[in-house]
Amino acid sequence: MNEAVVSEMPHDASRTQSGTHSGYSYAFLDELTKKSVRRAILKAVAVPGYQVPFGSTELPIARGWGTGGLQVTLSLIGPGDVLKVIDQGSDDSVNAVNIRQLVELTAPGVDTTAATEEATIIQTRHRIPEAPLHADQIMVFQVPLPEPLRVVERRESETRRMHAEADYGRIWVALYEDVVQHGRITRSAGYPVVVNGRHVMTPSPIPKWDVPRLHQAPFLSLFGAGREKRIYAVPPLTDVVPLAFDDYPFAIEDFDGAHCARCGSDDTFLVEVPQPDGSSVMSCSDESWCEARRTERGQS
Amino acid sequence: MSAIATLPTEMVRHDHVASRNAEQIALKVENLEAQYGRGCSACHELTGPEHSTNVCGQCGTVIACADVSFAVRAGRTLGIVGESGSGKTTVLRCLYGDLNPAGGTASLMTYEDGRANLFTASAQVRRRVRNFDMGMVYQHARDGLNLRISAGGNVAERLLAAEWRRVDQIRARAGHLLERMEIPRSRMDTPPSAFSGGMQQRVQIARALANGPAVVLLDEMTSGLDVSVQAGVLDLVLELQRTEGVAMVVVSHDLGVIRLLCERTMVMKNGRVVESGLTDQILEDPRHPYTQLLVSSVNA
Amino acid sequence: MGYTPVKGGADAVRAAAELTRSSSAQLIADAPGERSTLDHVQAHLGAAVDRIMGEGGLFAPDLAAVAITQAEGDMDEAALLLRAYRSTLPRLGYTLPIQGRDMRVTRRISAAFKDIPGGQLLGRTRDYTHRLLDFSLLDNGGASTRGQGHAETTVPPLEVHADDHRSDATVTADASDREGFTWPPFPKVSDTLREIGSIAPLPEQSPEETPFDITRESLRFPVPRSAWLQSMARGETAAMVCLAYSNLRGYGYADHGTIGEVRVGSLPVKILHPVTGVAVTIGSFEATECEMFGPEGDAPVTGAKGRLLPAFGLSYGLVIGRNERKAIAMSILDSALQAGELASIDGGEVAPSNDQEMVLSHIDGIESTGFVEHLKLPHYVTFGSQIRTQMSPRRDVMLAAERTLAGITPEVATERGTGDE
Repeated sequence: MNEAVVSEMPHDASRTQSGTHSGYSYAFLDELTKKSVRRAILKAVAVPGYQVPFGSTELPIARGWGTGGLQVTLSLIGPGDVLKVIDQGSDDSVNAVNIRQLVELTAPGVDTTAATEEATIIQTRHRIPEAPLHADQIMVFQVPLPEPLRVVERRESETRRMHAEADYGRIWVALYEDVVQHGRITRSAGYPVVVNGRHVMTPSPIPKWDVPRLHQAPFLSLFGAGREKRIYAVPPLTDVVPLAFDDYPFAIEDFDGAHCARCGSDDTFLVEVPQPDGSSVMSCSDESWCEARRTERGQS
Repeated sequence: MSAIATLPTEMVRHDHVASRNAEQIALKVENLEAQYGRGCSACHELTGPEHSTNVCGQCGTVIACADVSFAVRAGRTLGIVGESGSGKTTVLRCLYGDLNPAGGTASLMTYEDGRANLFTASAQVRRRVRNFDMGMVYQHARDGLNLRISAGGNVAERLLAAEWRRVDQIRARAGHLLERMEIPRSRMDTPPSAFSGGMQQRVQIARALANGPAVVLLDEMTSGLDVSVQAGVLDLVLELQRTEGVAMVVVSHDLGVIRLLCERTMVMKNGRVVESGLTDQILEDPRHPYTQLLVSSVNA
Repeated sequence: MGYTPVKGGADAVRAAAELTRSSSAQLIADAPGERSTLDHVQAHLGAAVDRIMGEGGLFAPDLAAVAITQAEGDMDEAALLLRAYRSTLPRLGYTLPIQGRDMRVTRRISAAFKDIPGGQLLGRTRDYTHRLLDFSLLDNGGASTRGQGHAETTVPPLEVHADDHRSDATVTADASDREGFTWPPFPKVSDTLREIGSIAPLPEQSPEETPFDITRESLRFPVPRSAWLQSMARGETAAMVCLAYSNLRGYGYADHGTIGEVRVGSLPVKILHPVTGVAVTIGSFEATECEMFGPEGDAPVTGAKGRLLPAFGLSYGLVIGRNERKAIAMSILDSALQAGELASIDGGEVAPSNDQEMVLSHIDGIESTGFVEHLKLPHYVTFGSQIRTQMSPRRDVMLAAERTLAGITPEVATERGTGDE
């Protein structure tokens, strides 16, 4: 417990002195806290899908509002990085703005962007950008409830045992019961997956649409749950397989041929936008992608 | 990849039942010991039938069972009798992995050809052996069943844990087993909470048999049932003995049940085995004073 | 078409932040003199300051007053402000263990005995006041004549011990410090019970080699007692009172305990001097400590044949600042968790207050308020995913219906299908 006693002292020197936020470290967290988060990340990468407990400090945004993802981002980010933050696919959503502003405020030398291809780190709440991602990009997912087995077992001591023993009969039987009662699997966002043939994991509440994007992905995915104090990871080129039956296979959301009212795409995840007259139209949840398509169309 | 992949595949499926050699020892237990408490050097000396207690007078530790050794051949049934607190249920709980023994070995024909000690295997391997190759019927249905999911789901959970991945096959197998237990297919999707005690025990038996296990453990399965219902359940177990080639260990305080089901019997008192041998011999000519008392109290 | 693009989120967030900033700035501007609002908060809202310090996990009356002011009195928000600030502070070292018996007591009571060595000291308490609104406060603009505020504390302020460095006296000294005043020692009520063998003697060594550190490690259940006591020391007062109350009403093991002693006062903060290695006091903080005697505990002596003799269990609460309600709730829950630990060994069923996971996962106000309120964030992707998953079989049903029922257009069917939830 004493490892940090003296060595932590010099970090006051690294504190930024600008404006009203003087007295805070670069990227808010002190260097030893960042190091402990990075240790957890390394362990998570080494055991794909396994939830690594970590200290999880309080941040100047509320618990449950992305503090896990933010700790991952803050412990990785440095000058030269380009950060994109999205919430529900939007760069402009309140949570995304709030988080982006905190990084801008505390981490000089970091650029922020809405363009997916420019980003080195993408922190996200519940979406994977539509644009293809490449090997030197890192996805950081905000996770509200990291335990996929919570639906069948509320005790952490018991779910930990179940993961350790690969004892997954109960979550499978929940899917079986779903099929028996509803004639199909009704699980939607946050669909449980098996990672690397071993650990059952929740991919965070991303839509089913995004789940296949994690399978054998070229990029590193890091998942941070701040309130629940867990970090887990899917390293590049790792198997991510949704839990499903051979005769009731996994299926992504079906938009029944609908297209985006703004850019016309019919191959993206669409969200419903209610209209004043009571009807509704569909539009891309990934707004940066939508805008790029519209620009493309306008130019051609 | 993981320990799962390296396990022998022969233990996986139920269709190897027929090939089991009836003379083979299915389960062998040596010097099994279990305790509640820290234990001390005097525990063994101060407990057992000669002291009429299983509580160590020096440290208060409960020696739930000690020096328990036996073997069961495929297709045969061993009975364990004794009063409550004699350690008979503890023996089953240790074998099934509900309780960690303090010492001893257990080998299973289907696990590493009976050459390895199950008790020292990793938790993941033990869980796998339990899921694929053992079945247990608990005294209380609530311990052995999830009363909130369907009867079929309770059977299916075992199949899913053994990696069955087609709903139609799972339903065919679960429906078949439940029918054999005289539960109509029409009740298959009903939760067992709506069933009578006898039906619940029959669901437990169907569940225990789901994967064609090498060993089935039955703990006081009829003690909470009406006499007429008891007879039906016992008939089913007798039928299984003839057809499944499964080794069984039956724990009961009811000598009638033991006489009906078991070729061999072990008598336990205060955590120790006081007498064992052919059931007929023990019941007709008991040697140990406790067994004599037990037999005479029933005959009286 | 009537579609309105969702844009301008960044501007809206900025504007909302500006509105709250101007509100707390206005509060300070309204008051005459720059610090007066903060001074007022510290002087007259002492209970609020103390509660925030406890839940924020930081003894800093000044900053707690800032937090309360900045949060416009929203206590959960103020606790978050303080906790988030706390997490940026470097850890300079570890203090030496302190004992409740070292407390400079300003109030101590025992419910277990009529009189106790050192005497019952009522001190400042609202317990026996009549809860009548004091309308005189309306007339003279808030200056109470009843002397209930922190500012009018009647007990002598802390004096500094011989081993203190007087140069650090800024931490503890007070304008009205009385030189030469010696604080009377107050023996602990629990010591009396230990002497007669009714509770277990203090262990020679700590049962845990190194205490758990909840600020560095996450809880993995079951956790040792040091982890649950730390978690509860930062717990939200109301949440802990709720769970403790459920236990008292019979939801759980642990009969109604007896308060051995509640004491309020100031505890020294001691470290080993980094150069000389000598223990020095570097400051002090106000705290509330509660010791409760429960129905059963570790027997201090063994009788004939090694049988255990009945004894009282001891449960503990320690909270930053004056917060007797929380300290008592904490000792009830400590007792309940100890009972739960025993029950789990026996395989018994436990009530929420006996259940470590239930209690410790839900008493942190920062976590609970944050997660409950996060539901305000947009969830339209997850909700959209649910809608699509829910609708796909309905569409199948409706398409089948369309094939058989002539005269119903797909549009009508769609409206009907989505409208009848």
